[in-house]
Formats: sequence, structure tokens, C-alpha cells
Amino acid sequence: MSDSSAAVRLSGVRLDRGARTILRDIDLVVPRGSVTAVLGPSGCGKSTLLSALTGELVQAAGEVEVLGRPVPRRRQDLLELRKSIGVLLQGNGLLTDLTAAENVALPLRTHTKLPAAVLRRLVEMKLHAVGLRAAADAYPRELSGGMARRVALARALALDPPLMIYDEPLTGLDPIASGVIMSLISRLNDTLGLTSIIVTHHVHETLPVADRVVVIANGGIVFTGTPDQLEGTEDPLVRQFLKGEPDGPIRFDAEPRVEAA
Amino acid sequence: MAFADTLRGLGRAGLFSVSVFRATRPTADFWQELVREIYKIGARSLPIIAVGGAFVGLSVTLLGYRSLQTYGAGGQISFLIGLGMYRELAPVLTALLFVGRAGSSIAAELGLMRATDQITALGLMGIDPVGKAVAPRFWAAVLTVPLLTAFFCSLAITASWFQAVQVLGIDNGSFWQVMKDAVDFRDDFLPAFLKSAVFGGTAALVASYVGFHAEPTIEGTSVATTRAVVNASLLVLMFNFILSAFLFR
Repeated sequence: MSDSSAAVRLSGVRLDRGARTILRDIDLVVPRGSVTAVLGPSGCGKSTLLSALTGELVQAAGEVEVLGRPVPRRRQDLLELRKSIGVLLQGNGLLTDLTAAENVALPLRTHTKLPAAVLRRLVEMKLHAVGLRAAADAYPRELSGGMARRVALARALALDPPLMIYDEPLTGLDPIASGVIMSLISRLNDTLGLTSIIVTHHVHETLPVADRVVVIANGGIVFTGTPDQLEGTEDPLVRQFLKGEPDGPIRFDAEPRVEAA
Repeated sequence: MAFADTLRGLGRAGLFSVSVFRATRPTADFWQELVREIYKIGARSLPIIAVGGAFVGLSVTLLGYRSLQTYGAGGQISFLIGLGMYRELAPVLTALLFVGRAGSSIAAELGLMRATDQITALGLMGIDPVGKAVAPRFWAAVLTVPLLTAFFCSLAITASWFQAVQVLGIDNGSFWQVMKDAVDFRDDFLPAFLKSAVFGGTAALVASYVGFHAEPTIEGTSVATTRAVVNASLLVLMFNFILSAFLFR
């Protein structure tokens, strides 16, 4: 696969938190236009991988490329790159003193010089896309968990970023809200021509919308392929994760800390 | 080791302060936030400043009058009140009340923003969190504390007049004339405002720094709030001595 067709490319990446190595020897290519699910048990390093893509965490070794260029280390360049990446955080990160509409308008007001009327119309469109036009004037504290997640999704989409990263988008949501969010992610990816990376441990809700699956466990990538290939794999480590078995190659107890090389 | 940690902490706080100045951009969003913060930390502090000022005016007048009366100089009480308020008491006590009322709230707000991913979200949207969340609070404090000091002085002097003239029986004309002769606009009034602006900025920077870097937990927010009040209060007292030594030679 050529680099131009990859939205994200990681080669030989090692990620450390302090003196601890979280992930090592990570090689990953996310094709443009795809929905890639990054699966793995809690604490396996999925969010650490996300931090490397957004430049919050600098890799200890290897190369991380996003949208065809290495993730910059200079603060201003990093802020510039982040305009091209929409991130839906697990905790939503909605500003509590702003309404839903003001939250969605925030990146537009900061990064564009659009007239107020155009800006208002754009915000309405974004909220309409997630089915929340009627909640424009509500504050985050007045929204349910699912509604707040959708407002955060509308805000992440505000600048029409070519790459969307979803960090545990289903955590804390009931099955109906989960279904709504997954269907939105899939629909938006197709209609807006995005590349989506879904970091989650909700396997069964995510696989139906994913084109590709990456499984992380025990400090590295243990599977890369399509959802069908994942279902058919005989790898005991992947089978244990898919079936949710307490015993197997994935350690349930706290792992011994590995010092960085 | 502890010395090295302290030095490192001071260095980080210094760099954070520089980043607040660098992140200040006079955008429409900034002015909007500034007005909101002036209301939140300034206007809402008015009641405690008013009550504090009035009681300080009353008690200093009572204490000062008794001491001066020993030497038959009870009529000079407004000299003591005027100079004492503008030079020392009003800037320092206003700043300490401001630290307790607004400094703690700045630290708690930023700590909660950290704990609820709001600061992370700003950075991920390509928005500088220092420019968005810290700079308006800092400038609001720099602008607001001198005005609160003026309000404190007004209430303290009014209360002092009531105590001296209405209760202790000092002549009304003499009270105002002595005060007018004692307080100089350039030597006393302006330095009081300069000190207040420095104290406001110091309080906001300390509160913002500890809140912004708080552990993203409930306990972390609580620790940050306490640390903001203690550290900012001590720094205000320390800076007051340094500024007084330079300004009132």
C-alpha cells in the first residue's frame, strides 16, 4: 500500500509512559476512507496509541505519520495538525459553561473568520447531522449521556476533518444509545468520506461497522485483518478476548511493569 | 533533592506565566471571555469586599483612636486611616479576600476542567488551552483587583468616618481635611493601584497554575484549591513587603 493511500502509518513504534513501555514494535497502516476498529482489553494501551496519533505522547522509537506527514513536535505545528483530526473523547470534554451550539461553534469561531450567520447555519447543520438540532440551547448538564456524546461528535466534526478518532465511544451508554452512535459513525464516514479509527473494547457493537480490525494485547498488535478474518481466527489470544474468557494468554491480573529499554 | 524539586517547580511556574502572556490574543472570543470572567471573579466578589472593608475601617478607627488619644492626637485618626488604607491595608486585605473568594474558584474550575477532559479537548481541537481558559482569568484579575481595592477603600473610609465623627465625636471638617493633607494622589493612591494589579495577577497565576496542573481526580482538585489559597496568600504578603520597600521609601 502506498503512503498516499494511508491516513495513518506507524512503523516500529514504541510508546512509553514514564519508565514503563506500554506498546512496542507497532506497525500499522490505516487506509484512507476506512473504518478501523482498534480493539483490546482495558489497560492494553489503546488510548496510549491514540495519544501518539494526536501528538499528545511522543513515541520513544519508530515513526508516526498522520495524513501523510510525521506528527510534529513543535507546539504550533501540532495545533495546526489537530485541525485536521476530529477526536471524540471518552469523557466528551464538552465545555460546561457553553451550550451545545456554543460548544460546536467553538472550533469554527477559533479557526475560521466566517460571518456570524454562516457560522450559525453551520452549527445547525452539524447538530442536525447528529439529530440534536432541538438541543442547541441546552447546557451539557441538561443532556443525557448519549446526547452529550452526540454533541461532542458534532463538535469533533465541526471543521470537517478528514480523520476521525473515537476513544471508547460507547462507554457508559445504553444499548439503544450505543446503536445510535455506531450507526452515526458509519453513516458519517460514508457520506463525508472520512477515515475513522474507533478505539474500543466493545467488540460486538463495533465489528458490524468496521472494515478492518486491529487487536492489541500484551504490549503489542496481536491481530490485523477484516472482521470476518477476526471471527474465523484460531489464535487463542484473540479467541480469549472475543469470548471474554477469564483464563488464557491475556493476563487478567495486573501485569508486571516492563522498564523501557 | 527537595531543593532541586522546588527549583524545578519554580521554573515550571515561571514558564507557565510566560505562556499566559504569549497566549493572550485580543480576539473577539478573548474579549467575550474577559467580560464573563470580570463578572464572575470581580462583580461576585463585591459583597465580601464591602463587608470586609467596612469592618476593617471600623476596627482600625477604634484601635487607632485609642492609641492616638493617649498622646492627645485623636483628631489625627483620619491621617492613620488614609495612609494605612491606601498604602498597606486595602491592597493586601483586598488581595487576600480575592484569593479566598476568586483564587479558590479559579483553581477549582481549572482542576475540574482537567478532570473532565475539557482541557484535553481544547488541545485536541487545536485551541491553546492556556489562551482559552487561563489568559482571560489572569487579565480579569489584573483589571478587577485594583477596582475592588478602590471599593474596599471607599467602604473602609466611610465606616471610619461613621465611627470617628458620629460615634467618637471628631469634627467632620477636621476628619476630611486631615485625610486630604495626608494622602497624596501620586505617592499613595497610584501605588495602591499598582500593588493591587500585581497582587491580582499573582493570585490568578498561582491559582491557574495549580488548577491547570491538578491531578485529574476529585482529590486532586481539592488539593489544588487549598494550595492555590495558601501559596497565593503567602506570595501576596511577600510581594507586599517588596513593593512597599521600593514604592514608599
